[in-house]
Amino acid sequence: MRAFTTLTGIAAPMPLANVDTDKIIPGRFLKTIQRTGLGKHLFANMRYEDDGSEKPDFVLNQEPYRQAEILVAYENFGCGSSREHAPWALLDFGIRCVIAPDFADIFHNNSFKNGVLPVKLPREICEQLMEDARLGANSRITIDLERQVVVRPNGEEIPFTIDPFRRHLLLNGLDDIGQTMQHAPAIDGFEAKQRAAQPWLYDAKV
Amino acid sequence: MSATKPRTLFDKIWDAHVVEALPDGTAVLYIDKHLTHEVTSPQAFEGLRLAGRKVRRPDATIAVVDHNIATDASRYGTIEDPESRTQVETLEANVKAFGIPYIPLTDKRQGIVHVIGPELGLSLPGMTIVCGDSHTSTHGAMGALAFGIGTSEVEHVLATQTLLQKPAKNMRVRVDGKLPAGCTAKDIVLAIIGKIGTAGGTGHVIEFAGEAIRALDMAGRMTVCNMSIEAGARAGMVAPDQTTFDYVKGRPFAPKGEAYDRAVAWWKTLPSDEGAVFDKEVTLDAATIVPQMTWGTSPEDVLPVTGSVPNPADIADEARRAQVQRMVDYMGLTPGQKLTDLKVDVVFVGSCTNSRIEDIRAAAAIAKGRKVASHVRALVVPGSGLVKEAAEAEGLDKILLEAGFEWREAGCSMCLGMNPDKLKPGQRSASTSNRNFEGRQGMGGRTHLVSPAMAAAAAIAGHFVDVRDYQPKEGV
Ligand code: SF4
Repeated sequence: MRAFTTLTGIAAPMPLANVDTDKIIPGRFLKTIQRTGLGKHLFANMRYEDDGSEKPDFVLNQEPYRQAEILVAYENFGCGSSREHAPWALLDFGIRCVIAPDFADIFHNNSFKNGVLPVKLPREICEQLMEDARLGANSRITIDLERQVVVRPNGEEIPFTIDPFRRHLLLNGLDDIGQTMQHAPAIDGFEAKQRAAQPWLYDAKV
Repeated sequence: MSATKPRTLFDKIWDAHVVEALPDGTAVLYIDKHLTHEVTSPQAFEGLRLAGRKVRRPDATIAVVDHNIATDASRYGTIEDPESRTQVETLEANVKAFGIPYIPLTDKRQGIVHVIGPELGLSLPGMTIVCGDSHTSTHGAMGALAFGIGTSEVEHVLATQTLLQKPAKNMRVRVDGKLPAGCTAKDIVLAIIGKIGTAGGTGHVIEFAGEAIRALDMAGRMTVCNMSIEAGARAGMVAPDQTTFDYVKGRPFAPKGEAYDRAVAWWKTLPSDEGAVFDKEVTLDAATIVPQMTWGTSPEDVLPVTGSVPNPADIADEARRAQVQRMVDYMGLTPGQKLTDLKVDVVFVGSCTNSRIEDIRAAAAIAKGRKVASHVRALVVPGSGLVKEAAEAEGLDKILLEAGFEWREAGCSMCLGMNPDKLKPGQRSASTSNRNFEGRQGMGGRTHLVSPAMAAAAAIAGHFVDVRDYQPKEGV
């Protein structure tokens, strides 16, 4: 996984609540067996006409937002299915940070695992950032994960909180399977105990 | 945590599965059962392969195809869609390479992963159960801690049989009293979501309790837990009781004989202790529930079927007004229109929410002796091959076919718009599934979520109806 330290980029405004994962990446694009290549289908139903042409009023079809690396949205972002295709599609498009008042749990987890940083900020602040984002190319927002601040184009710094363990993994681009494997002896011990107490969990044959 | 402090059902299952508690509060949590399917697993297996890792416990893992397969006879030939075919073939190659038990399409036990888990006794009380699918919450009806995970977590579980997790908060939703006639588990859960909203359970595990929940059979409890995720909660659960133990007994992979007795003895210790503290509590009076239907494009936008389409102009909050306007437009509605005046084009009885034998019986009871309206396409898709077999043994397929319903093979079907069963743009459906998002059942499709009985009644009438005016015909 690519490490996330700081990011300065164009932010796309998406003033919608409940942006669900079917909006982010509709079900018909889940047939891939790869993690990459989904960027072209990001927000497909909102982004393209039935004939495949672009809907000009959709934000990511406009300059400078085609180059957006940050997305600003409202409540309950990423609700719906567990599809990790949602952060894969965002990442493949180039978006590495989503700022919203809150996130659905599974999407929140999935984002971290792919180096997409979800930043939770109160609604009023998201509204300010939405205004910043609307100003376009000269209005870049910075996310500094090291210092845990979002820097507005006017220089104002807004602190955010984040789970320290996840921050550590992101800053260093660490894979958490490797981390967990260090606990292998404890896992062995757990299994031995559980097997004695609940043998039926170990002998079911399909 | 001290041993004397009263604990919730969630706390007890959690505590029993902590392999190691890390200093920051994260736990290495052991996973007892891992269900996998074709859509969210290929990248996980690929990850294992690239890192040279093995599957730690193939015996605790099972794979099945359900999401992208056709539900007609064509599926037994070559899968037409090349991408779907690749996904199924990839799963088959992966289960072989990693030694994972697999239920193929040709096996009558095949079905939607959340239907077959409980049905086969793979999902048991007290277990931790995960699957790369958000509706894994369904298995919580067994009195298990079951939740959906993303593909990276699928890979993590395959490699380590654990997950790194922080404990969720405890929430209890109590549904007291008796459910009125014509109302079902689906109406309970839609009413709950209408009350607490789609983010009402975020960060929590919901324990469903109260007289109306206790009175539900296992299928009903599964319907309720299934839609926990639509209430924002990663997991929903119901404390195991005699209904649960009776359901588990004799299932193919459930413990037998002395092991069953030992298991039940443990399962009986799981229900929340008297005095256990919940971070959030909500209560609902079952007696006040009316058959529900969603009108918008989020499951929280739900109303009693006796209601009318909201008028955006009546809404003071600007953001909400804009949202309601967007939904009214997308759904092709007129403010103030009675919900029962909405015509349906397609009726779908199926999905992991409502495709068990009990659901099919409910649809057949309404269909018996009646005919599907001529402009309606109506599908009934059993949740598994075993449900299909049981329904056919009861003659339900004949009743449904006679009434003009299609009787399909098991799978996710029209729940998600990634297999051949889809809505066309602008089509309006009465669907027993769980998500009414824009485009969920096919691009431009308009989904109204309802119970199986409500769906069947809409198929007959050709528009939404209050199923309480549409009870089974006697003596036909
Ligand atoms: S039936 Fe629908 S919700 Fe259930 S697993 Fe299949 S696609 Fe997901």
